[in-house]
Amino acid sequence: MALQRVLRQFLPVLLLGAVLGAAVYTTRGARLEPADFVFNNGTEVQTLDPATVTGVPEGRAIRMVYEGLLVSHPETLEPLPGMAERWEVSEDRLTYTFRLRQNALWSNGDTVDADDFLWSFERFLDPRTAAEYAYMLWYVTGAKAFTTEVEDGRPRNSFDTVGIERLDRWTLRFQLEAPCPFFLELMAFYPMFPVCRRAIEDMKARFPDTWEKEWLRPENIVCNGPYTVKFRRVNDRIRFEKNPRYWDADSVAFETVDMLAAESYTTSLNLYLTGECHWIDVPPANVIQELRSREDFNPIPYLGTYFYRVNVTRAPMDDKRVRRALALTIPRADIVETITKAGQVPAHTLVPPGIAGYGGTSMPRNGTFEEDLAEARRLIEEAGYGPGGKEFPPIEIHYNTSDAHRDIAEVIADGWAKHLGIRAKLSNQEWKVYLDTQSNLGYDVSRSAWIGDYADPNTFIDLFVTGGDNNKTGWGDPRYDALVNAANLEADPAKRFQLMSEAEAVLMEELPILPIYYYVTQTTYSPRLGGYFPNVKDEHFPKFWYWMNDEELAAKRAKYPAENFEEVKTSGPPKGLYPPADPRSRTDSKAGERKVARTTEDD
Amino acid sequence: MLRFLFRRLIWLAITLLVVMSVSFFLMKNVPGGPFDGERKLDAQIEANIQKKYHLDWPLWRQFAHYVGPFNLDEERALLASGDDGFTLWRSELDSGEPTTVFGGVLAGDFGPSFRYKDFTVNDILAQSLPISMLLGVLSMMFAIALGVSAGIASALRPGSGIDLSLRLAATAGIALPNFVIASFLVIVLVFMLPLLPVAGWGTIRHMLLPGFCLGLVFAAYIARLTRTGMLETLSADFIRTAHAKGLSSRTVVMRHALKGGLLPVVSYLGPATAGILTGSLVIERIFFIPGTGSHFINAATNRDYTLAMGVTILFTVLVYVLNTVVDMAYTLLDPRIDLEDE
Repeated sequence: MALQRVLRQFLPVLLLGAVLGAAVYTTRGARLEPADFVFNNGTEVQTLDPATVTGVPEGRAIRMVYEGLLVSHPETLEPLPGMAERWEVSEDRLTYTFRLRQNALWSNGDTVDADDFLWSFERFLDPRTAAEYAYMLWYVTGAKAFTTEVEDGRPRNSFDTVGIERLDRWTLRFQLEAPCPFFLELMAFYPMFPVCRRAIEDMKARFPDTWEKEWLRPENIVCNGPYTVKFRRVNDRIRFEKNPRYWDADSVAFETVDMLAAESYTTSLNLYLTGECHWIDVPPANVIQELRSREDFNPIPYLGTYFYRVNVTRAPMDDKRVRRALALTIPRADIVETITKAGQVPAHTLVPPGIAGYGGTSMPRNGTFEEDLAEARRLIEEAGYGPGGKEFPPIEIHYNTSDAHRDIAEVIADGWAKHLGIRAKLSNQEWKVYLDTQSNLGYDVSRSAWIGDYADPNTFIDLFVTGGDNNKTGWGDPRYDALVNAANLEADPAKRFQLMSEAEAVLMEELPILPIYYYVTQTTYSPRLGGYFPNVKDEHFPKFWYWMNDEELAAKRAKYPAENFEEVKTSGPPKGLYPPADPRSRTDSKAGERKVARTTEDD
Repeated sequence: MLRFLFRRLIWLAITLLVVMSVSFFLMKNVPGGPFDGERKLDAQIEANIQKKYHLDWPLWRQFAHYVGPFNLDEERALLASGDDGFTLWRSELDSGEPTTVFGGVLAGDFGPSFRYKDFTVNDILAQSLPISMLLGVLSMMFAIALGVSAGIASALRPGSGIDLSLRLAATAGIALPNFVIASFLVIVLVFMLPLLPVAGWGTIRHMLLPGFCLGLVFAAYIARLTRTGMLETLSADFIRTAHAKGLSSRTVVMRHALKGGLLPVVSYLGPATAGILTGSLVIERIFFIPGTGSHFINAATNRDYTLAMGVTILFTVLVYVLNTVVDMAYTLLDPRIDLEDE
């Protein structure tokens, strides 16, 4: 009973102490000064290690802190000098030589040189790193063998067999297997960014067990990009701080940037509307109608296609006529106007528009939607179904659980029932189960989408070669494979696109996939944000961002077209915030003071 | 009391073992893996990844490695076959790097997260648990304060207008999902009257809305339990005695009746705390709070095996401990209950 008396007296005190302790602990470090710029990345990034990431949110984080050989122009996406000052491409387009700049530093003060790149590429390709994107570098001679030929858990070949060579401390040469028209674009792609060898090896020596995580901690990570990492909290934010040692630091405007991980679209929009966040990548679907008239929401074509895969190994979808009938009956216009609503475009090809120089081949059609329907009915009858023929067996539309996918599937199933008399059931699965079912061909018709990694038709066309990892339809055609192969070996860009277009024609005639619509970007951002442009890959580059002052904003607004540009209240400082290199930054005394403070700190 | 605690501890170990094995094998049996994405990987790259995360091992070995206390890594200490044949126990790798013999949950290591590759599960739980607990405690305080006072007010005048409207409010509080209440409050208190921040974590002001929304449904239950408990106690003989002795009704209610009337509430606090911890997912999403509740669901959908296991184990321990604390609190409130008799 003595214990009980003690408890009776101390339990409330203990509980109160625990509450206060928790309050102090959780708010510790949380009271950060508001950042100059805040954007919502939509989810927590998987890692900040450029070698092992895949995914759009991860790409945004990596581009904050690292820089590759090249960077992209924020609007046109053309390659610009990054860590490499200049580059040469040989006549046969098989050799690329990059000359590094000599004034590039890591955030720990070391120089970035060819050895860092060589070591980073070796690490990237090494099977022990387990990089998901390793195949992106397999255009280089010997790279594929280096990653895939494994002995005792180690690569069988030495890295000398790979066509990446250090000519001197500032020169790197790449030898390709076959011409790769997007190789420069690839060098500006985030998995190709370098990491600091010395920093990682130091960590390995200091923490033999946990170094793989230690080198990525905010206090240890060494970067060569416009920002460094200051603070991280899972599912909350990454706070970035300007990297004073970045070679082009004079062009970087913001001192601090916050990258949020808010997953709910509604919360994300609320943060944007209250000015706590200045750029969100996707607004909730149900407000898009209202956003479309505003100046801060300007969807443009995005390099992605929404389509249905058809399992051609199952009857009756093994009949090309049936697949054509299904494709012709999809009410694409209804879908983009009543369901997606953000300006998506009905698709009749696999490759989305927006790739300069590529025309593509559309699926065969008969003119208006009505005429397409008549043709579809004829095809179904020809295949032996419908009135007078066999009864069409019921099929299933398979999709990953989501309201938007369900709505689209309902409209399509309704169209098939009404026009072709085909009964289609909906069947939804949780994301990972859905992926598993799709890979194992456990479906009839399955929702799919593909976003291009680089602005080249190859990123789409390559999907459907016979037995391809991402084919997932059971379809294959030697004609298609031959055309794709020929295109991959073709050095002349125009001829190459011609061959790809012919391959797409085979695909659109056979229709193992039913194209539905092309994506548009849905990025919503403060009109005051400068150096930021919607683009076909929806990729954005932190080193160019700044805040416009009222004058520049007014000039920008004066150029708006008459429609769909309702002015809204903008977040961001009215005085603007310009990089030190910009003459306008001198009028902003606050930025000047801060700059002085920083230089003294460095000394 | 000590014997009681000891018995509870043994049961906790058994419960944990069962929870761990059932959730581990269930999870591994669900289709899909942590590294599956829209893009299917090249077979060799996939094999490289599986190897790195030991997913190529037989299940029993993965489980044994996860639970510990021995580290079963090939290159590691136990069961290692090096150049000099098969050694059972060693403290160095072939390369001369030091290694540990122990590992796994029993050694306090929940492993690396498969999804958030820069963090261990220990890191993630250490970051998010205090936040969830603070939010939970805050909403519990809201719930108890609101619920108990509403319950007492109802019980003092059963059948009156106050009683009816409070009971109506309680029913509404139970029936309305908390995201509806949250959306409504956001519209009123953020957009119409800009008083509070819309979402995020950091200051006390950030915690008010989510704490309130999370606690509301529990306040409603507590109000009903308090009302029932109080009604019963108020009709007991000792209350009549207290009145007859000439005590003020205030003293009678607060000092004598409340103690008995709150017993049902106390027994509800265990499950309620569990509900607040595991049910905070929706509130965490709406108010963008980096707590543990969202990991509970996200880890499962991401097939982040180690994080899902870590959160499950953590919640098991928490719920178990809280229930034990509630049982102990019972003896403090009600001398008739003796834990030794359990």
